[in-house]
Amino acid sequence: MSYDVAIVGAGPAGMSAAIRLREFGASVVVIDEQPSPGGQIFRGIERNASSPVFPALGKDYQKGQALAAAFRVSGAEYLPSTQVWQIEDGWNLYLTAEGKAQRIAARAVLLANGAQERPVPFAGWTLPGVMTVGAAQILLKSGGMLPEGKVWIAGAGPLPLLYATQLLNLGGRIAGFLDTSTPPRLSALRRLPGAWRDFGGLLKGLRWLRGIKRSGIIVRGFSDLRAEGNEHLEHLTWEMEGKRHRVEADVLLVHEGVVPRIHETLALGCAHHWNDEQGYLAAKVDRWGESSRKSLFVAGDASGIGGWLAATISGEIAALGIAGRLGISSETDRLRKRAHLDRRRKRALALRPFLDAMYPPPRNRLPDDVIACRCEEVTAGAIRAAARNSPADPSAVKAATRCGMGPCQGRQCGYTVQALLAEVHGLPVSEVRFFHIRPPLKPVTLGEIASLEKADRAT
Amino acid sequence: MSADVLIIGGGLHGLSAALQAARRGAAVQLVERHFLGRHASGATAAGVRTLGRDGAELPLSLEAARDWHDMEGLVGDDCGFVACGQLQVAEDELSLTKIEMRIKRLQAMGHFHEQMVGPDEIRSLLPGISAHCLGGAWVSSDGSADPHRTIRAFRDAAIRAGVDIIEECLVTALTRSATGWRAETSRGVFEAEIVVNAAGAWADHVSHLAGDPLQHEIRTSMMVVTERSASRIKPVVGSFGKKLSLKQTSQGTFLIGGGSQGKLAADRQSATVDVVALAASMQAAVRVFPELEGVRIVRTWVGMEAMTSDHRPVIGFSQQVEGLIHVFGFSGHGFQLVPSVGRVVADLICQGHTNHDLDAFCVSRVSIERVAA
Ligand SMILES: Cc1cc2nc3c(=O)[nH]c(=O)nc-3n(C[C@H](O)[C@@H](O)[C@H](O)COP(=O)(O)OP(=O)(O)OC[C@H]3O[C@@H](n4cnc5c(N)ncnc54)[C@H](O)[C@@H]3O)c2cc1C
Ligand SMILES: Cc1cc2nc3c(=O)[nH]c(=O)nc-3n(C[C@H](O)[C@H](O)[C@H](O)COP(=O)(O)OP(=O)(O)OC[C@H]3O[C@@H](n4cnc5c(N)ncnc54)[C@H](O)[C@@H]3O)c2cc1C
Repeated sequence: MSYDVAIVGAGPAGMSAAIRLREFGASVVVIDEQPSPGGQIFRGIERNASSPVFPALGKDYQKGQALAAAFRVSGAEYLPSTQVWQIEDGWNLYLTAEGKAQRIAARAVLLANGAQERPVPFAGWTLPGVMTVGAAQILLKSGGMLPEGKVWIAGAGPLPLLYATQLLNLGGRIAGFLDTSTPPRLSALRRLPGAWRDFGGLLKGLRWLRGIKRSGIIVRGFSDLRAEGNEHLEHLTWEMEGKRHRVEADVLLVHEGVVPRIHETLALGCAHHWNDEQGYLAAKVDRWGESSRKSLFVAGDASGIGGWLAATISGEIAALGIAGRLGISSETDRLRKRAHLDRRRKRALALRPFLDAMYPPPRNRLPDDVIACRCEEVTAGAIRAAARNSPADPSAVKAATRCGMGPCQGRQCGYTVQALLAEVHGLPVSEVRFFHIRPPLKPVTLGEIASLEKADRAT
Repeated sequence: MSADVLIIGGGLHGLSAALQAARRGAAVQLVERHFLGRHASGATAAGVRTLGRDGAELPLSLEAARDWHDMEGLVGDDCGFVACGQLQVAEDELSLTKIEMRIKRLQAMGHFHEQMVGPDEIRSLLPGISAHCLGGAWVSSDGSADPHRTIRAFRDAAIRAGVDIIEECLVTALTRSATGWRAETSRGVFEAEIVVNAAGAWADHVSHLAGDPLQHEIRTSMMVVTERSASRIKPVVGSFGKKLSLKQTSQGTFLIGGGSQGKLAADRQSATVDVVALAASMQAAVRVFPELEGVRIVRTWVGMEAMTSDHRPVIGFSQQVEGLIHVFGFSGHGFQLVPSVGRVVADLICQGHTNHDLDAFCVSRVSIERVAA
C-alpha cells in the first residue's frame, strides 16, 4: 500500500494532523499500537465516554471525545493495534498486526508518537509493587482499575497530581505523597508573568494539590528514598532532617516527568538538540515541524514536551507543512495565519516555562548499588566501572556491561548511562552521545519478519 | 611517541598481533579510531568454527582451534568459549551430497574433524529441528565464544604484556622516513619501525595512506538477537548453502546471522539494516526451527568488515613499501582465526618471516595495479 502521508500515533497531534491533511484531500494512514484513538491523554476515550469513569477523569480528558469523533469521520485510514517497528528512507514503514508483518510506503512521514515517562532509577525501583504513575493511569483509563492497599506516590510534575485527583474522584485512597520537587525557585517564579496568561492551567494545579492534602500526608524535603521488601514492596524509607523514616506500603507509584520518544528519530539519523533544563533530547524541527530529514515531520510531545493542547496545534501546523512539502497546497502560510495557529500555540505553551523550571529532572548522584538497566540488571556501579575503562561512548559501556541490550532498547537506561558517562569523564551531559538505535523499534517476532513478502527472492 | 611497531586497528586481529609481539619483547603501540571492538570484532557472531573452512585457511584454523580450548593459558580467561559443537544441516539431497563430498576430500587430506551425521543424530542433537532436515556435518570440538569478553581478555592481556593502547585515535597520515614510519593521528604523532594495517573495513584507506594502495569490498553482515527463552539449542547451527547461522547464548537469547547483507552508506563509513534481506535469514531460521516462530527480536545490527574476492584474508608484508604488514579481509570468518593469525603477524614483526605458508593470503591479490591489469 502506498499513501501520501503516514502518521505514527493517533494521539492529539496525530489525529489533528490527519484531519487537516484529509481536508486537503491527501491520502493518509494513521498507525497506532493502541486499540482505539486518543494517545496518552485521551486513552480509551470512546469506550470511557459511556462509563462511570468518565466524569472522574476531568474536563481536559472529556475534550478528547470531539477530536476522536472528527478523526473517525476524516477519511484517514486508521490501523489500530498495529506497531511500527522500522522506518526506512524513502519512506517505507514496516508494521505488524495480529502476527503479520507488512510494509507500506508514503511520500511523507509524521511522527506523532508522543512521550514516555522519564525513567528514574532509585533503590528498589524494580521491586514488584513499584510502578510508574503513567502505568497506573493506563490501568485506570483502560479498565477503571485502582491500586489497592497503602498507596504511595513519589515524584513531581503535573501527572502525579492529576492522577491522584482522578483516583480520589473514583473513591481511591492515597496513604501519602512524597513530593520530590524542589521548592519553587526564583527561576520558576520569574517565569510566572508568562504563565499567568494561562490562569486556567495554574488554578487546575492548585485544585489538584488541595485534593491530595485532604486525602493523605504530603512529605517534602527528603532524600534517598528506598523501596524495600522481599518478593514484593513492603515498606518505604527515606532520609529527612538527619533521621531515617519508614512507612508501610503496598504500592508505590513514581513519576518524574515525561520526555519525548526519540528512538524513531535517532534511528533515522535526524539532528537532535539537548534540552538542558529538562534533561532530554528532541529532534530539531523547523517552523513546520520538519526534521533535519526532508519529508520527515515530528509533532506533539515527540518534538518537545508541550502538553496535549500544544500537541493538537503542532499537529495542524505539521499537516500544513506536509501539504506544502508535497505540493498539495501553496497557501500554507496564509492558512497558518488564518487559523491563528501560532497565537494559539503560544497560549497553549504559556505555562510550560514555569512547569519546566518548577520540575527539573532529579540530578542527585545515583548510588553504586542501584540497578540502572532493568532488562540486564546492570548497576550504576558496574556502569561507572566500565566507563572508567573506556571512552565516553555509550556503545562501549553497552558492549562491556550488556546495559541497554535488553528488550527496552535503552528506553529505560539511555539517559542514566549518558549521565554516568558524563560524571565519570567530567563532561557536560550534552556532549555524551545517546545509544545507537537499531531496528526493530518494537519487538517483532521471527515469524513476523519471516512473513514479509518478497523475502524469498533475497535467499 | 615512538615504538617498534604501530598497530592500526583495535579489533581482535590488531589486539592479538599486539599481544604476541609484545610478549616477544617488541615495544608495541596500538591505536583505535573509536573504541576497542567497535566494528567487526564487537559485531561478530563469535562462532569458533573449523567446519567448512577453506582448505587454505585450514592449517591456521586447526592451530587456532587448539588455542580456543586453552584460552586461559593464552590470555588468562576462557573468553566465554564453549565447545558446544557446530552442526551444518542439509535441507535437501543436493546439499547432503555436497557435504559428503567435502568430508571425503578432507579425509583424503588426513583431516578427520568433520563427521557426517544422519537424521537421527541431528534430531538427538537438536530435538526441535524440522523434519525436512536430512543430516549434515558435525564438529564436536567447535563452538562459540563471547565476543566482548574476548575483546576484554585480549585487551587486558595485551596491556599486561606492555602494549600501549590509545582509543579514539584516528590515523590520518603515514609517511616513511629513513628509519621507519611517522604516523599523524587525531592524538598526535607516532613513530615506529613497522606499521601493521589491521584496520578491518577501512584497511584499503590505511593502505592508501601508506602508499601501497589496495582494494577490497566491504561486507555488511546483519545479526539479530532475540529475547531470552528456555534453553533448547546447544550447538551452533548453520544450513548448507543458506543464509543461516544460529546459536543460543548462555543468556538464553538466540543470535541469528548467516550473511544476509545490510546497506552500505555511500561514504563507506557506516551501514544500516535491510529488513527485506533480513527476512531471508529469519525464514531460514523458522524453517529449520519452527518453534522459534513466536520468539521476539530485540535488536538487529550490521557489522562491517573487509572482504576479498576469494574470501580469504590478506596476511603479509607489503610488496610496495618497506616495514608495512597487512592483516585484514577476513570476509566474515576471522574470529576463530584470531589466536593463530596473531602469532603469524608477530612472526613477521619480530623475525621478518614465518614458517606458515602465506601464499594463499598474499597481498598482490588485492593490489590495485594487479586488479587493473
Ligand atoms: C504515560 C503517560 C500518561 C499521560 N497522561 C496524560 C494525561 O492524563 N493528561 C495530560 O494532559 N497529559 C498526559 N500525558 C502527557 C502526554 O504526552 C500528552 O501531552 C499528550 O498525550 C501528547 O500528545 P501526542 O499526540 O503528542 O502523543 P500521545 O498522546 O502520546 O500519542 C502518541 C501515540 O503514538 C503511539 N505510538 C508511539 N510509538 C508507536 C509505534 N512505534 N507504533 C505504533 N504506535 C505508536 C502511542 O500508542 C500513542 O497512542 C501523559 C504522558 C504519558 C507518557
Ligand atoms: C556480523 C558478523 C558475524 C561474524 N561471525 C563470525 C563467526 O561466527 N565466526 C568467525 O570466525 N568470524 C565471524 N565474523 C568475522 C570476524 O568477526 C572478523 O573477521 C574479525 O572480528 C575481524 O577483526 P579485525 O580486527 O580484523 O577487524 P575489526 O574488529 O573491524 O577492527 C578493525 C578496527 O580498525 C579501526 N580502524 C579503521 N581505520 C582506522 C584508522 N585510520 N585509525 C585507527 N583505527 C582504525 C576500526 O575502528 C576497527 O575497530 C563475523 C563478522 C561479522 C561482521
